[in-house]
Amino acid sequence: MRCSRAWLVALLFGLSLLLGQTATRASTINDAIAHFTADDFDETGAGISEVAASGSPRAAVILQALQNGQLMFSAERKAVYVQDDAGKLWDAVTGDAVGGDPPADLDTVNINNRLRSAIDAALGGLTLLSADPAKRLDAAEAVFKSRQASALPTLEAAFAKEQDGRIKYVLAQARAAIVLTSPDAATADKLAAVEIIRQRGDQDALALLLSLPDGTAVPVMRAANAAIAAIQQRLALWDAVQNAWYGLSLGSVLLLAAIGLAITFGVMGVINMAHGEMVMVGAYVTFLVQNAIRGYAPNLFDYSLAISVPSAFIAAGLIGILIERCIIRFLYGRPLETLLATWGLSLILQQAVRTIFGPNNREVGNPSFMSGAFDVGGITVTYNRLWIICFALAVFVALLGLLRFTRFGLEMRAVTQNRAMAASMGIRTSRIDALTFGLGSGIAGIAGVALSQIDNVSPNLGQGYIIDSFMVVVFGGVGNLWGTFVGAFVLGIANKFLEPYAGAVLGKIAILVLIILFIQKRPRGLFALKGRAVEA
Amino acid sequence: MSGHFLFRLLDRSTVIFLVALAAVAVTVPLLNLAVPQSSSLHVPTYVVALFGKYICYAILALSIDLIWGYCGILSLGHGAFFALGGYAMGMYLMRQIGARGVYADPVLPDFMVFLNWKELPVAWYGFEHFAYAAMMVVLVPGVLAFVFGWFAFRSRVTGVYLSIITQAMTYALMLGFFRNNLGFGGNNGLTDFKDVLGFNVQAETTRNVLFALSCLALLLGFLVCRFIVTSKLGKILIAIRDAEARARFLGYRVESYKLFVFTLSACMAGIAGALYVPQVGIINPSEFAPGNSIEPVIWVAVGGRGTLVGAALGAVLVNYAKTYFTSGALAQYWLFALGGLFIAVTLLLPRGIVGTLHHWTALRRGKIAAAAADGVTPARAEPLPAE
Repeated sequence: MRCSRAWLVALLFGLSLLLGQTATRASTINDAIAHFTADDFDETGAGISEVAASGSPRAAVILQALQNGQLMFSAERKAVYVQDDAGKLWDAVTGDAVGGDPPADLDTVNINNRLRSAIDAALGGLTLLSADPAKRLDAAEAVFKSRQASALPTLEAAFAKEQDGRIKYVLAQARAAIVLTSPDAATADKLAAVEIIRQRGDQDALALLLSLPDGTAVPVMRAANAAIAAIQQRLALWDAVQNAWYGLSLGSVLLLAAIGLAITFGVMGVINMAHGEMVMVGAYVTFLVQNAIRGYAPNLFDYSLAISVPSAFIAAGLIGILIERCIIRFLYGRPLETLLATWGLSLILQQAVRTIFGPNNREVGNPSFMSGAFDVGGITVTYNRLWIICFALAVFVALLGLLRFTRFGLEMRAVTQNRAMAASMGIRTSRIDALTFGLGSGIAGIAGVALSQIDNVSPNLGQGYIIDSFMVVVFGGVGNLWGTFVGAFVLGIANKFLEPYAGAVLGKIAILVLIILFIQKRPRGLFALKGRAVEA
Repeated sequence: MSGHFLFRLLDRSTVIFLVALAAVAVTVPLLNLAVPQSSSLHVPTYVVALFGKYICYAILALSIDLIWGYCGILSLGHGAFFALGGYAMGMYLMRQIGARGVYADPVLPDFMVFLNWKELPVAWYGFEHFAYAAMMVVLVPGVLAFVFGWFAFRSRVTGVYLSIITQAMTYALMLGFFRNNLGFGGNNGLTDFKDVLGFNVQAETTRNVLFALSCLALLLGFLVCRFIVTSKLGKILIAIRDAEARARFLGYRVESYKLFVFTLSACMAGIAGALYVPQVGIINPSEFAPGNSIEPVIWVAVGGRGTLVGAALGAVLVNYAKTYFTSGALAQYWLFALGGLFIAVTLLLPRGIVGTLHHWTALRRGKIAAAAADGVTPARAEPLPAE
């Protein structure tokens, strides 16, 4: 009996506790809601923090409605409603439909920018406990940025519950941010917080440390200053890495665009002003291939580039051979005339593409393996840039192999070095010329496939690259693929390192001026051909 | 001696050209001003401006022919010198607007007020005086060409290398002039001109005077070029064109000769640009576009490289064709035609129109050697000297 009574007491106690809690919960949300009827920004602000702290399941709905301007109130009835898109009213606390006529003095609860960020932070606090890890991570970041002290209890709860190490890390940073900015935290806690922020080490961390309030204790200030210096150093380092990465990326694009030019210019001494248009042809071939795939075999879309590369090579290569046979072979020994004729050709090709495909940009999609990005340290690496660098290197290596190990390569080198001697050894120089021109154009076509992934596919695509490609070839030196390789990457990286100081346009101008000066010093480029071939 | 010299200076085609040019310079304004609009002989004012534009292009072509046809320097950056001359003139015209601009600022041009600038940039000082502006029209392209050429020729950058870096030069200038903070109006350039030397730019008489002045400039430029190419200097230039190394070994300072004609040619291009701007009414950075520097070369090639008359004729012909094409239903075929022209002329007509005529005349007379004096080498296996 005694036992059962004890049970009963416990049960009653538990029940009352449960009831009491439910009651307090309901009352807090009701109290919180009441703030919204005052039509005053400060009151609304208090309401936001109380709604967030109430733990009510309706809190997120209410705050979201407030943010969207769909939270209505009636001062007369002391009631708050959520209005849906159709204009129907729902009770804010219970979520029940509101019957009868809407109140006469119904009005939106107004918010300003300060409140908007408070809502963001409060919603962030609420989603800290979400089941979706990505949402939790975003919420933790949001709290870190907003540093709303009101989010601290939720944050602690989330931190205790969190299993994911990465999210836990960000939660710790968010807590540190709040501790650091709160006026009444202990100095030791603040020092620990500074250390956590220092380890984060990005722009936001820097901004946080730079905005510490004036009254902060001296040791904390000192630690913060040390951390600021450390973060700035780290950021400068990552900046340099980022620039180098962008430079490599630009260099690989230049390499792709210029390498075909290096072949035709280096081997044949032919200035092909229509080279950029071969790049454009490659890009449009990609567009056509993707169109065909979309139409007939959509599941093969990820292989579209694998199909485009040989197609573009063949298409541009055949056009190149055609050009060589019909125009260029009549102009050997007259490089300036060749330049003019190929310029005319580039106008015709551009206009032809404009007539066929229209003057607007054409949509070329990224296959799944080329979209997206990942983070390395302080920089973001996009997959398409990464693949293009790999692709450019692969093309370069393949070309080196072709020149070094095949019969065609051997004959090509022979013609470059001494045309007359090669001819007397039985090499059909005119055939080699045609094939070489086809090869150079084909590689331009391949470059077009790569460029279609990062640039607009329009009739003007080639024009943007022609001057840069010539600069690479002239800088690197003619008749040497390694010169082109070094030239492309040096110019790419130099360009990207100059950009932050001089701006994109001035950086480009500076590079052009530097090349013009460089040519004074080494008129035949970085890796000049030596010997009798020079004056030929 | 002087009679002989004059005879050399003024050969038959030169005389025909000069007479024709003088006739045009007088007739077109007369037909515009003196003949009533109802008459079928009346030349509308827009045609006068259009022809004025062609004449300016002819001066530009002449300057290119001087260095390409006679010295073998293919500059693909002459559009830059043309545009620089144009900008110098444009700056003078901007300062003449004075308080009549939209923002009515007595000193600052509209675009500077728009950019919220308080003071005139130093580069604009002095441009309110016509004499200073006229000096700059010649000096700015001249100095740029001198510096550029000094570097390029001294280190023996020749042939296609030179062509490409001149192309890079005009490209760099284009990028620079597109920037607002360079202080030359950004991508809108300079426009809305009101008057030149106190005369309204839009007025019929001013346009006719500008047209006649352009013709006069072409005439003088032509005579200067003709004087150079028929002098001993011209012979050395041709020697450099045909065999640069040999000319150097014979003791001529090849760099100095090249630098001289290059600079002179840039000054001529600048004057052409300065005459062009008031007639067209605008100058903007697209004049620096690489294509704008390559196109004049084809005018020269069409007319006849190494024949000064041909250069001027080619400029007028090609631009007339351009106006004809682009103003009608044929607009989208213009680039095909222009591109085809580039190819056809280099492949089929390497001497150009005038050069081919000269060649035929020479063949008929059986005096092929005489043609050499005109800058066209006698018919050999190779029609034109290799660079």
